[in-house]
Amino acid sequence: MESTSELPVSLIPNHGSWLRYLSFSLDHKVVGIQYLVTGFLFYLVGGALAGMIRTELATPISDYLSREVYNEVLTMHGTIMIFLWIVPVVNGAFGNYLIPFYVGARDMAFPRLNAVAFWMIPPAGLLLIASFFIGGASQSGWTAYPPLSLRTPALGQLIWIFSVLLLGGSSILGGINFIVTILKLRRPGLKMMQLPMYCWAMLGTSILVVLSTPVLAGTLVMLAFDIVAHTGFFNPAIGGNAVVYQHLFWFYSHPAVYIMVLPAFGLVSEILPVHARKPLFGYTTMVYSILAIVFLGLIVWAHHMFTSGTPPWMRLFFTIATSFIAVPTGIKFFNWLATLWGGKIALNSSMLFACAFIVNFVLGGITGVALAQVPFDIHVHDTYFVVAHFHYIVYGGTVFIIFSSIYHWYPKITGRMLNEPLGIIHFVFTFVGFNLCFGPQHWLGMNGMPRRVSEYDPQFTLMNQISSVGALLMALSTLPFLINVFHSAWHGRVAGDNPWRALTPEWLTSSPPPVENWKGQAPHVEHPYGYGLVETNP
Amino acid sequence: MLDWLTILTLRASVITVLVSVGLILVGLAVGQRVDMLPVQASINAPVYDELFRVLFSIGTMLFLGICGLLVYSLVRFRRQPEDFGDGAAIEGNLPLEIVWTAIPAVVVLFVGLYSYNIYERMGGMAPLADHSVMHAMPASDPGSDDRVWGGISTISGETADLTVDVTALQFAFIFHYPEGNITTGELHVPEGERVELRMKANDVIHAFWVPQFRIKQDIIPGQPTVLTFTANRPGTYPIICAELCGPYHGGMRTSVVVHDRGAFDQWLTKNTPPVA
Repeated sequence: MESTSELPVSLIPNHGSWLRYLSFSLDHKVVGIQYLVTGFLFYLVGGALAGMIRTELATPISDYLSREVYNEVLTMHGTIMIFLWIVPVVNGAFGNYLIPFYVGARDMAFPRLNAVAFWMIPPAGLLLIASFFIGGASQSGWTAYPPLSLRTPALGQLIWIFSVLLLGGSSILGGINFIVTILKLRRPGLKMMQLPMYCWAMLGTSILVVLSTPVLAGTLVMLAFDIVAHTGFFNPAIGGNAVVYQHLFWFYSHPAVYIMVLPAFGLVSEILPVHARKPLFGYTTMVYSILAIVFLGLIVWAHHMFTSGTPPWMRLFFTIATSFIAVPTGIKFFNWLATLWGGKIALNSSMLFACAFIVNFVLGGITGVALAQVPFDIHVHDTYFVVAHFHYIVYGGTVFIIFSSIYHWYPKITGRMLNEPLGIIHFVFTFVGFNLCFGPQHWLGMNGMPRRVSEYDPQFTLMNQISSVGALLMALSTLPFLINVFHSAWHGRVAGDNPWRALTPEWLTSSPPPVENWKGQAPHVEHPYGYGLVETNP
Repeated sequence: MLDWLTILTLRASVITVLVSVGLILVGLAVGQRVDMLPVQASINAPVYDELFRVLFSIGTMLFLGICGLLVYSLVRFRRQPEDFGDGAAIEGNLPLEIVWTAIPAVVVLFVGLYSYNIYERMGGMAPLADHSVMHAMPASDPGSDDRVWGGISTISGETADLTVDVTALQFAFIFHYPEGNITTGELHVPEGERVELRMKANDVIHAFWVPQFRIKQDIIPGQPTVLTFTANRPGTYPIICAELCGPYHGGMRTSVVVHDRGAFDQWLTKNTPPVA
């Protein structure tokens, strides 16, 4: 007998109908798709807000949005993209869909908790968007630094706090579920060091989620008290300390970068070996580098605060800790390159996005090491240089991997292939648009354009217009993608069980998989990356 | 057979060495020529730009090396049509992995030590001493003495030639010169002299940034900060608020005018209010 839980089909509401995606489903695959589709809808909202920002910045004067609305838009853009698109999709969507397959289970450890975690997201997101229409959304940026966040309109700020608390709660519930599933629900005989790399990435990510998100939650509750009950935690006017908020906020929000990036590292480690027909290079060092990033990720937060009056010893400590993250990250990049070396590489849409991820992330990593150096950071902190840097990490890194993953797993999810020419058009528009949009922003920041402004010195007009054209290309890139996703769902080539001839367990079942994941016993996969070692059927 | 292998290995090593040397040369050349920063108007700026050029050189080497390897692999190892075989079943190589653990470690260590050196040359370590000395002194007025020394001072251990009190508020900077009792919205400083800004804010967090000086410091309510600099190029440069401070944040800017000593004295006398 297996120890994995059997899930009676009768427990799945609307089994087999599309209505199950609107239900309180206990099927991890349905929950994963719920996360993915919800996240993408919010991506479109966040993208529309980005379009408004780039429209305002197409001219040096503040003329398109009112200044208050502009600050609402930039706050919501950041909040939605982080908390409603990237975090739910790289963790919730792919985590829920893939982890039970990878550990050889029929579902997550706590299916009901899983459904609860997902259903916290739509109300939080709708509440955030609704705040635009009831007195205005939060205007203090996604960082909500006091005392500014205590002085902007209170209703929008409180709705923002409440939404982020809901989203953080959802994230914690998901994190606990992933940890328990990976540690306790593995098929008997499946060792930790035989798990696909995404499991290790999600284990590390979930540890970060569980350790750091409660700190953010506590901080935001204190901020809410300052607003409604006029307590003085962060209000200097009555003896509070505004910088303490920044420490607490970044204690979560720097690990949040790894919560967005580590799962992407895991996903790309699944994708590259399949399309390069090579084992993942250096499995063991990959695992240890994930653990090293988790540890270091927790002790680097104050590099966001080099101009906040931090004493020199603190600046030096956080410079060193931050710089050293480049070591485990570098190992991963060299291992991916070695995975490609000597392979038989199929350069399809999924691989194009994955390889572009390497290019973008290396550039973001180089600017990251530069920003970790206090004397360098002092000049470019809070400028467009930083905006460029973190978009190279979270968009050029994680969002590229989300698209790569969609091209890779769509055949498994729907049973049909995505159209390749449309995929390549999508890639070209995204890659060119992304680099046009964010490349020039490095120069803008170094030469004197601060972040979060709706007007700027006219000498920056040309570079801003190039950036806005790039943003337009990025917006257009979603069209071939959407056409592809909808057209292929009905008319795409039938994929079969394993179109990529992959070795990980999710491919050793039908496409789409049955509710119980495999008819019969879960397969025992000892070599998830055994290309050239294990027989794969042509 | 063995000879062939030796020749191939030798050829691979020679190519690796040549490519690495080429990368280093290209990186150095690019780093020396890069010109992406605004004019240098403080004694901090050349030191900063030296750091920038070194970081740019290292970044160019790494970026070109990694991207070159990636593109080469994608072309050289692309799948041939109708080839459904697998690539070489190599699962790892410990010596190789040690090498590429060492490369970033050495680079990071070098960058860290070098930037520490830059930080010291900018006088970054000096405020630590001042700070602890101030705390060792018996506290008189916590409001004014509990200053945090921020930014980066330009020369360590020297006292300022000119002190200016800065108040930041939504959405302006106000400069007050205790010497001469002048209050102005535009900062005027003499060339080549050490200026100390004693900065406070009463509403929200702002930041004082002069891109041509390469310095920035947040101005924080309830926690006065100090920033020192020595401007060395006469002219007018923007002062920009770099911390989101409300709807007009983008408009919160003014100028710093760097005069030669004579012109500054003239400005000082002209603007000193007559004693009533």
